Amino acid sequence: MGKIYELRLYVAGKTSKSVVALENLKNICEEHLQGKYSIEVIDLLEKPQLAEGDQIFAIPTLVKKVPEPVRKIIGDLSNVEKVLVGLDIRPRLIN
Amino acid sequence: MAKNKKTPSALLSGAITKTLTGISGLDEITLGGLPTGRPTLICGEAGSGKTLFSIEFIVKGALDYNEPGVFMAFEEKADELKTNVASLGFDLDKLEQDKKIRIDYVHIDRAEIEETGEYDLEGLFIRLGYAIDSIGAKRVVLDTIENLFSGLNNQGILRAEIRRLFQFLKSKGVTAIITGERGDKSLTRQGLEEYVSDCVILLDHRIINQISTRRLRIVKYRGSVHGTNEYPFLIDDEGISVLPVTSLELNKDVSSESISSGVEALDKMLGNKGFYRGSSILVSGTAGTGKTSIAASFADSTCSKKEKCLFFAFEESPKQIIRNMKSIGLNLQQHLDNGYLEFYASRPTIYGLEMHLVAIHKAIKKFQPKVVILDPITNLITIGSVSEVKTMLVRLIDFLQAEQITVMFTALTLNNIVNEQTDEGVSSLVDAWLLIRDIENNGERNRGLYIMKSRGMKHSNQIREFIITDDGLNLVDVFLTEDGVLTGSAREARVLLEQTGEVIHAQAISRKDRELERKRKVLESKIDSLRSEYESAEEELNKVYVEEALKKQVMGETLSKLTDLRRADVSTQEKTSTKKSKK
Repeated sequence: MGKIYELRLYVAGKTSKSVVALENLKNICEEHLQGKYSIEVIDLLEKPQLAEGDQIFAIPTLVKKVPEPVRKIIGDLSNVEKVLVGLDIRPRLIN
Repeated sequence: MAKNKKTPSALLSGAITKTLTGISGLDEITLGGLPTGRPTLICGEAGSGKTLFSIEFIVKGALDYNEPGVFMAFEEKADELKTNVASLGFDLDKLEQDKKIRIDYVHIDRAEIEETGEYDLEGLFIRLGYAIDSIGAKRVVLDTIENLFSGLNNQGILRAEIRRLFQFLKSKGVTAIITGERGDKSLTRQGLEEYVSDCVILLDHRIINQISTRRLRIVKYRGSVHGTNEYPFLIDDEGISVLPVTSLELNKDVSSESISSGVEALDKMLGNKGFYRGSSILVSGTAGTGKTSIAASFADSTCSKKEKCLFFAFEESPKQIIRNMKSIGLNLQQHLDNGYLEFYASRPTIYGLEMHLVAIHKAIKKFQPKVVILDPITNLITIGSVSEVKTMLVRLIDFLQAEQITVMFTALTLNNIVNEQTDEGVSSLVDAWLLIRDIENNGERNRGLYIMKSRGMKHSNQIREFIITDDGLNLVDVFLTEDGVLTGSAREARVLLEQTGEVIHAQAISRKDRELERKRKVLESKIDSLRSEYESAEEELNKVYVEEALKKQVMGETLSKLTDLRRADVSTQEKTSTKKSKK
């Protein structure tokens, strides 16, 4: 699997949720996507104009731009299984 | 006690500041618009016009009140929205370029989203805050925020965040509209009304008898008096118009100025003046009695005086009316060309009664006529009950009187048995009521016109025969005889009869005169003959006298001659003569 994951994490200031989300993201990536990912953290308090482009409404939101399809994972990423599904690393459960 | 205190303070302007929406009619109902700096909830079913309502609020704000606005769309994409409102003449692209408005489409797709753990909607706040600050917005629309509920699972977070959102809007000091879909039991499906406590407007879209009517009602408006009725509104090529249907008071200005009815004889019946300006006139009658002709005459006379007249035709097309009126010598086309006359023709069934009212309102506001004609109101019955039509007409008359516009309705009486006092149920509303009736007699049908009522003026109590001629309308006196009222050819015949009678009478008199003359002549001639008879008798008598005298004379002479002859015997002669003379 030579896919490169381009991930963007949108936060609004250094809130506890943002900090938790970033830590969770780093852990998951290190565990599952070692060497094939890049993380960009965007603080909307500094760059509010970027919120519209990626259709951000919840904070924190992790956006997977590449590989397709685009996915958004909102929340502090505490549920690892759901994050992995969101990143298309685990197949989606059909229930 | 508390209530008594509250009322006057609520009436005081300035108790709550309001923002004009610019939506025609809504600002009248809300007595000044929506509460400034507060969120207003507009709820309604799908297709009730919520989005249009809110976009018009934004566009009018930007265009008319120099208040930039942010439109945050959760349902329609910006492009779709722009296309949809382009038909109303709103150029959102241009406004966006001018930084008057900003449209932000919030795309929420459940399939793209995975929820893991705690989150909030700060992203939305930041976007909204950024949009507001970038153009200095004073108005905000969120259409419709309930889409968040379909995209996200965590209701607890959503509800807390929406509450926070309203606080956020208030802290930003923007006048906001939040739209919400109508729920089964509550005003909105997600109970948004719990969060918006200041002003709630409900839009409704009902279909009765296959005809749809849009209505608007202000459910609540904290700190302000407002109209509480359901107000119909119309969406057309100029956006939304709400109709403030019932004015709260009966304190309109009245005019004692009069306006000619266009029929000279009718004016004479109405105290030689015609109708009062700003009054309402009902012309009712059975089919084919010339109601439209009266209306057209009125229109013609109004336009001839260079006053504007708006003719609402619910039965005939304008061209039909113009052609038909030409036959009675009314040239309406010239007034149309000069811009004094305007027709507004529509089939009653085109939309609901309320819509008609809104449309009529709009047309009147636009054309600013002095006289309005509705021909006929009866057709409106087909789309509503009598009581509904009455309500509508009350509202219309109300509005027209406030504007000092004279209005003439025509109404078809379906049959003669129907109690005339309740024609369309509007007779109590109108100021003047002309009734045209068919008078059937001698195998022909004629029209009789009389004035049922005319408030505030002396009017004739007579039934006149109403005649439609090539040169217009006329009213003539009917003939009252022992057989009843005579009209039409019977009246003509009667007139002839009377004329003949007079001639004969005159003849009779002159014959008698001649007879008398002859008698006089006869008598005179008789007198003449008598006189001549008398003269001849007198002559006869005279003759006898003369003869006698002559005889005497002759005898005397003879005697003296004899005496002379007997002179010898004088004495005897003398004796005898004496004797004889003694004899």
